[in-house]
This record gives sequence, C-alpha cells and structure tokens, in this order.
Amino acid sequence: MNVKYMFSLVAVILLFLLAYIGVEAAGLQVLFGIVIPYAAIIIFIIGVVNRVIGWARSPVPFRIPSTCGQQRSLPWIKSSELDNPFTTPGVVARMFLEVLFFRSLFRNTKTTIAEGPKIYFSIEMWLWLAALAFHWSFLTVIVRHLRLFTEPVPFWIALLEKADGFFQVGVPGIFLSGLVLLAAVFYLFLRRVIIPQVNYVSLSQDFFPLFLIFGIAFTGILMRHFAKIDVTGAKQLAMGLVTFHPTIPQGIGGIFYVHVFFVSVLLAYFPFSKLMHMGGIFMSPTRNLTCNTRAVRHINPWNYPVETHTYDEYEEEFREKMIEAGLPVEKE
Amino acid sequence: MPEEKKIYNKGFVVAGLIIFITIFMFPFWYNLGKAAPVPEPVLTEKAKAAKECIEPKSYMKAEHMQILDDWRSSVVRDENRVYVSSKEKEFDMSLSNTCLDCHSNKADFCDKCHNYASVNPYCWDCHIDKPKENK
Amino acid sequence: MSDPKPNELIEKIDYIPPQKGWMDVPVNIRKGMYCYASNPKSVEYVHLPNARAWNPIEEDWKLPDNWKEIVHTAFRDRLDRFRSFKVFMDICVRCGACADKCHFFIGTGDPKNMPVLRAELLRSVYRNDFTAAGKILGKIAGARELTLDVLKEWWYYFFQCTECRRCSVFCPYGIDTAEITIMAREIFNLLGLNIDWIATPVANCYRTGNHLGIQPHAFKEMIEFFVDDIEEKTGVKVDPSFNKKGADILFVTPSGDVFADPGTYTAMGYLMLFHYLKEQGLNVTWSTYASEGGNFGFFTSHEMMKRLNSKMYAEAKRLGVKWILGGECGHMWRVINQYMDTMNGPADFLEEPVSPITGTKFTNARSTKMVHISEFTADLLYHNKLKLDKSRNDNLIVTYHDSCNPARGMGLFDEPRYVINSVCNHFHDMPRNTIREQTFCCGSGSGLNAGEDMELRLCGGLPRANAVKHVHDKFGVNMLATICAIDRAVLPPLMDYWVPGVGVTGLTEMVANALLMPGEAERTTNLRGEPLSGMEE
Repeated sequence: MNVKYMFSLVAVILLFLLAYIGVEAAGLQVLFGIVIPYAAIIIFIIGVVNRVIGWARSPVPFRIPSTCGQQRSLPWIKSSELDNPFTTPGVVARMFLEVLFFRSLFRNTKTTIAEGPKIYFSIEMWLWLAALAFHWSFLTVIVRHLRLFTEPVPFWIALLEKADGFFQVGVPGIFLSGLVLLAAVFYLFLRRVIIPQVNYVSLSQDFFPLFLIFGIAFTGILMRHFAKIDVTGAKQLAMGLVTFHPTIPQGIGGIFYVHVFFVSVLLAYFPFSKLMHMGGIFMSPTRNLTCNTRAVRHINPWNYPVETHTYDEYEEEFREKMIEAGLPVEKE
Repeated sequence: MPEEKKIYNKGFVVAGLIIFITIFMFPFWYNLGKAAPVPEPVLTEKAKAAKECIEPKSYMKAEHMQILDDWRSSVVRDENRVYVSSKEKEFDMSLSNTCLDCHSNKADFCDKCHNYASVNPYCWDCHIDKPKENK
Repeated sequence: MSDPKPNELIEKIDYIPPQKGWMDVPVNIRKGMYCYASNPKSVEYVHLPNARAWNPIEEDWKLPDNWKEIVHTAFRDRLDRFRSFKVFMDICVRCGACADKCHFFIGTGDPKNMPVLRAELLRSVYRNDFTAAGKILGKIAGARELTLDVLKEWWYYFFQCTECRRCSVFCPYGIDTAEITIMAREIFNLLGLNIDWIATPVANCYRTGNHLGIQPHAFKEMIEFFVDDIEEKTGVKVDPSFNKKGADILFVTPSGDVFADPGTYTAMGYLMLFHYLKEQGLNVTWSTYASEGGNFGFFTSHEMMKRLNSKMYAEAKRLGVKWILGGECGHMWRVINQYMDTMNGPADFLEEPVSPITGTKFTNARSTKMVHISEFTADLLYHNKLKLDKSRNDNLIVTYHDSCNPARGMGLFDEPRYVINSVCNHFHDMPRNTIREQTFCCGSGSGLNAGEDMELRLCGGLPRANAVKHVHDKFGVNMLATICAIDRAVLPPLMDYWVPGVGVTGLTEMVANALLMPGEAERTTNLRGEPLSGMEE
C-alpha cells in the first residue's frame, strides 16, 4: 500500500537534494536559477499547446452532453438552461460554474449500505471543499508572486496581497492562502491514503504532484517566516528571467533554489500528466456542447456510408408472407 | 477517416490557447523586457562612517524585520531596551532612535527596496513622523 | 440456476477493496455475472469478423493470431476519431467522486466496478501503448501491457457496465464511462467478442427490422391480437394501419412491447390512444420494416448503430410521412436525440413536427423530426384533448423510474411526470438522489438483460430497487412506471426479488386505462384484465 506514495515521496526528496546540493555544494546557481526555469517554461508552453492541439485533432463526431436537467421541449415546461443548455449562453454559464466552482463535484454524495438492506446517500462536501480550497488558494499564491515578476507592481496584486494578509498575524504577516494551500494538499493526500477506494485507484502519479506542491508551499513558507531570504535578491532573479536579462544575485541560499526548482519541475511535468485536466475540462464533450441536437444538426466530419439492409431487400425476402398477411408491398 | 493535420474547432481552441498563454506570459510582456534597476539603498554619511550596522549586511538584508519585531516584543513586553549584537556591542532597541538615526533617509534607503518588493510594513504607521526623520 | 437469496447477495457486498493492487488481481469470470458468447451465425449475418463458437470461461477464446495488433490499431483509430475518448483517457485525476455512484459497484462491491477503475482497465494499456511516461516508467506510471488476461478482464467488466452515464454526472470533468465502454465494445467486436444477447438481436434487427426477429406477417398478427384484446376489454375496435403510404406520422417503438408483458399493455395503450385521436385528425402508421425503436447496434459499435438506425429515416421517406413519433424506450431515445440526425440525417424530406390535434409545433425536434410520445401526450393533456377518468387508476400508487438514457442523454423529466399526474391520483417520487439526472439504472441496460447473468442484474438493480422499496414502505407504492421497454422487461423480476408487491407499467398503459374512449362499453377491468378501482368484486 505504501509503495505507491513512497515512490513519489522519494522522488520529491531526491529533487530537493539535487537542487540543494547542486547550489550549496556545487554552485550551480546558473543551472537551477536560469537554465532550468527557462527550459521548464518552454516545455510547459509547448507541451500544453501540443496536448490541447492533439485533442483538437480528434473531432467530436457526436453531440453527447450529459443532460443533468430538464430539456427544452414544450413551452410550458420549464427547462434547465444550466444543466441542459439549449443555447450557447447556457453552455457558457454551465462551463463557468464547472471550471470556477466545480459544480459537478458539488453533487457528490457518499453511499452507505445498512441493514435491511437500506442504501443511504449522504452529503459529501469535503472533496469539493478541499478541491475548491486547493485550486483557489494556489491561484492566489501564484498571483501574489507576481509582485516579484513585475516592476512597478500593479495595484491589484498589492491589493490581493493585502486581502490575503488581512489578519496581520506576525511579522511578516501570514498569508491565508499559503496555509489553506498546505492544509488542502495535506487533506487531498490524506484522503488518498485513508479512503480505501481512493487509495485503491491511486497511482504514484497521483501522489507526485501533491508532494511537489506541498514542497513548493513548504519551502515558500520557510523562506518567508523561518529561513528568511533577501527578497530584493529574489526579485532581482525573477525580474531577470522575465525581462531576458538573467542574473544571479549574491547571497541567496539553497532553499530558494529548491523552491524555484520545484516550480520548474511542476511546470515541466504538467503537460505530460493528469494535471492537463486544466485544459481538458474545456474540451470535455459531455459538458461543453449545447443540448439541442434534435433542433440543430450536428455534423460528424468522418460520417461514412454504411452497409444497410434496405427495404427492397427486406421485401424481397418476405414479399409472399406480406402479401398473404395483407400488408402493402412495392412490387406485387 | 479524419485527415491527419486538421484541427477541429480551430477558432475556439486557438483563441483559448492564446488567451491562456497571454495570461501565463503576463510578466514577460508587462515589463516589456526592461529589467528595472535593482534598487541601491543610499547610505547617509553617518551610516557610511559607522562602517557596519548592528549586524552584518547580509544578515540585516534578510532579518531586519525580524529584529525589529523582536525588539518590539522585548521593549513592550519585557521592558528590555538593550540589544546585544553578535559582536557583543550594545544598542538601544529603537527604530526611531537607533535605526533611523543613521538611516535618516527613509525615501532613499528603506523605501527603495520596500517599493521594489512591494512590501508595506506597518512600522511607518507610527514611526513616520518622528522628528528625526524630518530633520 | 439457483439465484442467491437477497440477504446472501447483500452479505457479499463489501466496499473495502482487497489489499492486493488491482493489477495483480486476475479476472475471475464468474457464472451468473456474464452473458453467453455471441452465436457465430449472428455475427456472420451482419458481416462482423471472427465469427466462431467460443466460450468465455474456456481458456482459448479462439482469437485471431494478430489480435494484439488489431486492438492497438483500433485503439489508435478511436483516439483519432473521438475527442471524448482521447480526453477521457488523459485527464482523469482519480479523485474517486464516481466510485460509489455506479449501481454495479453499489450492488457488488467489486472495486473494478468503480467507474474510475473500469476506465483504468483501458487507461493502463493506453499509457503503455500511447504515452511517453508509460513507455519509460511502466508500472510506476500505471501502465501495463495488453495480455490475454487483460483482454479477458476488459471483456468481463465492460459487459458489467450498462452505459447509464450516472458517473458522468458526478465527474468534475464529465468523464463518461459509457463512452469508454462503447469504445471497448467496438474493439471487442473487431475480435468477435460480442455477447449473444446483443449479437443476435442485432442480426435479427438487421434482417427483420426488429430485435426479436418478428417477421412482417407475424408483426401484424401480434398487433391484431392486441386489437382483439382491446375490443374484449373496452368494446372498441381499433384499426391500426401498417406500412401505409401517405400517412402523416410514422410510429416507431421497441419491439419488446409487442412481444412480452407488461410491455404489451403499453403497446395496446398506443393503439387506443391513436384510435382515440383518429377522428381529430391523427393519421399514423406502424411499419414492419422499421419495427424496432431500440438499437442494440448502439451496444456493438457506432457503425452498427448507424446501420440499424438507418431504417427509421428510410422508411419515413419511403412512406412519405411528415414526421416520426417514437414510443417509450430508453437507449432508443439517446440514439435519436444525440446520434440519429448526425448519422443518418439530414431528414430534409420530412417536415417540422406539428401535432395535428393541438397544432403545437415541436420546435425542439425541428431538425431530427422525431417526437417522443411523452412530449406528444403531455401536449395533448395540457390542451385538454383527452377525456379521462383518473379514478380508474385509483388502485395504483405510482412511482416513476427515470430511465437512464432519456434522463442523462436527453433530459426528459417533467413530461412523463406531467402525464402520470394527469392520469392517476397517487404519485410519489423516489428520493432525490435516485431520480431525474441521478436516476439509477435498472441494472440490465445496454444489452445485459439476458437470463444467464441474473445475479449481475439483481446486484446492479439493487440501488434502484432499494429506492422503490423506500416509497413502497413509506407510501404503499405498488406500481413502478417507466418509459423504457428494457425496464418493462427487467424490472418485474427485480421487483419480485427485492420489493415483492410492486408491478411495472408503461406510461401509455396508464393513459389508456384512464382514457374515455367514444363508444366504449363499461370498463370493469384494466388492460391486464385486473378489476379497475371500484370494480373489485
């Protein structure tokens, strides 16, 4: 049982050591601070584009949305434009809720079977909550980091940072998003280990991104609150990257490079993994199509003629019996 | 059978990818490739003369906010106003009287890095109008 | 076959998966859980490959020598042709939200019946054959090679999925296991690995126009038998027409309703409804050529679905009708709603459907030109075009089973409920998690309604039956209404097993029982010959 996550855990620990030793002992700041981040960004962009274009090269031959609400039929029956969208605005609304608020996951229930037998379906919100917490806090963390990648820093980034640090606990202030991210990742890890069915279907590659993101958040929090680094130097490196004037500032320790390396690994790993669900959700034919197939014909680009049993062939075989039974025929 | 090269729903897919990449590449186009100069805090004559701050420069760069936070606790909670540095030198624990005594040029010293890294310490909520700074 | 007792079945259910990883648990093709292999004659008749006698529980499946190559090529071909398949292979995060949504998992506890794992059976080979990570990292990346045991595992579990799409409702990315099962079954058919309960109806349908192989003269005779039955019970002689050129509407319904109780009463219902409307201008004809609404080709391959479905438009064109009316059937309506127009359209020789009675334009069907009988009847009832005596159904306490395909492949929820509420006084829906888009499958859909897999069917039907039991205990529900012919065939044994005392009916049967036919004699019994409410001796 442990093998599945041990492999990923060991992989992340090795990555940590690789970057830490690489910088602290071998002085490979240029590799971990410039070369690898650039390579990761290039792999990420090309990889994602390739993957999405790859999906797009396969057509959608049939219109197969999952209809999760009343269809539009008779004018006096109220149709569900959100769950069975007849029009494009309906689809946009459906996708909006799906992408930003994981609406389908919100439906989640837990099934238990009791004496009787009696099957119970109870509300199961934790996965939805954790998923929401994870994705939104991660996004917040990413946007917050833009302060290190922009000069001057746009007001909305500073604003978000202010909101995120609203509680002003400690100096420097604790960001809510960082804690929520850590907690959510930890929960998602725990449920993979503890819930038997989820554990059973989990693969090493389900644990790897969790450990990696945990590592990213952990090193980040470490640098902010415990093993502090010179932020000006960090920004100097980040700005160097995004303005194509890469520099390695002096006096920044290994942990910072581990942090950058983890992020680079995540970016490079992204296009080849299940993380592509970020793009995939937009391409899912059970969600992103209008449910108006009886009103508007959907075209299958590879629709080809098939062998059929024609009426003439049918009548040919049964003509006598048909005539005898008084059924009309084409040829007497 | 589908042709090998064709991309279906090309408009949507390409538009989506362009939007995604544009957002992802935000820092690259926002800065227009110009690296903003790394801030160089200006030292006053007095600071220059002192040669070294209360602790070494690299330590101060990363930990100065921690030191100030510790000082605050020490002064307010323990009534202890004396800081003993790693070189056994004693300092008065005071932002206004110790730090800003040398670094009296907030705009050219403190603010330079703070603005660059987009940090807004609330130290200045109180300490900003101290006479020493206005000197 | 002696079926296990209900409590024995329940005791077997354990939702905790085994310690051993799923890739290391070999498949055990167990009696009662699988359907017999396809009859070579049926396979041959529709020109599908590798027709031969074979037996799933024997070691040798008599596969072609290059079967691995066939699978690999077919897999790639389907990835290239179906974005759904490609995306669903790539983006699952194994969150497990779907796990306990599948009726087969709830009813068996077999972890490979969790939709996520069912798909992983295929995905593991996909990773091995088509992704870089799988090729390099192998098992660590969750990849495995295709072996004969893997193929057998596929076969066993993809014939334990009824393509009901309940999992797709809960999946945050809408991954639809039905889509994956459809691809797997397409691949099976390239190796001659269909089950006979699908293969033979397909061959029958191809030849005679319907799954049961009813030839034209017999089809007419069977309907005429209903005509006599109706006359006996109502005193009204209905006169249906067959293959009539110049009719306005072609009526297509699953042949199962012509063949077996209680579907036959629904068929009688259609006859009575059409007769009732005749004077008001309804000119409808039955066809012996397009005498099947259902489409077991859908459970074989997209191509076979198209081959069988083509008869509807072909016949409509030949007879020169204006539009097509479809009877109560489940997967038939998924095919019509989401596939027919695309496959066999455009139906530009037909007109936009208009009810000749109410003048209602069915604009939602303006391209496919095919209207569901529940839409049609609901419209009639809304406009008060049917004279009814609801009280005749007073001895029925009804609940309604949303059939999977009209639910999750169409969204037909309120029309049938409107019809039920219009023709009977006692209606109680089952709990919210078991109806509408969250409805549970009967456990026998997608061609699994054979006799030899009864244990599988009873397990798969447990969640549905359990919800019926809930309203049976709470409200005294004694009738389960449904709009699917497979439901009408398979729910009676399911009810007898789990909830004795609940019958199964089609909607139109209830409509016909309440319908006040002009010139009818005093009706003392319903179409089943049972005393009507108030007529009990």
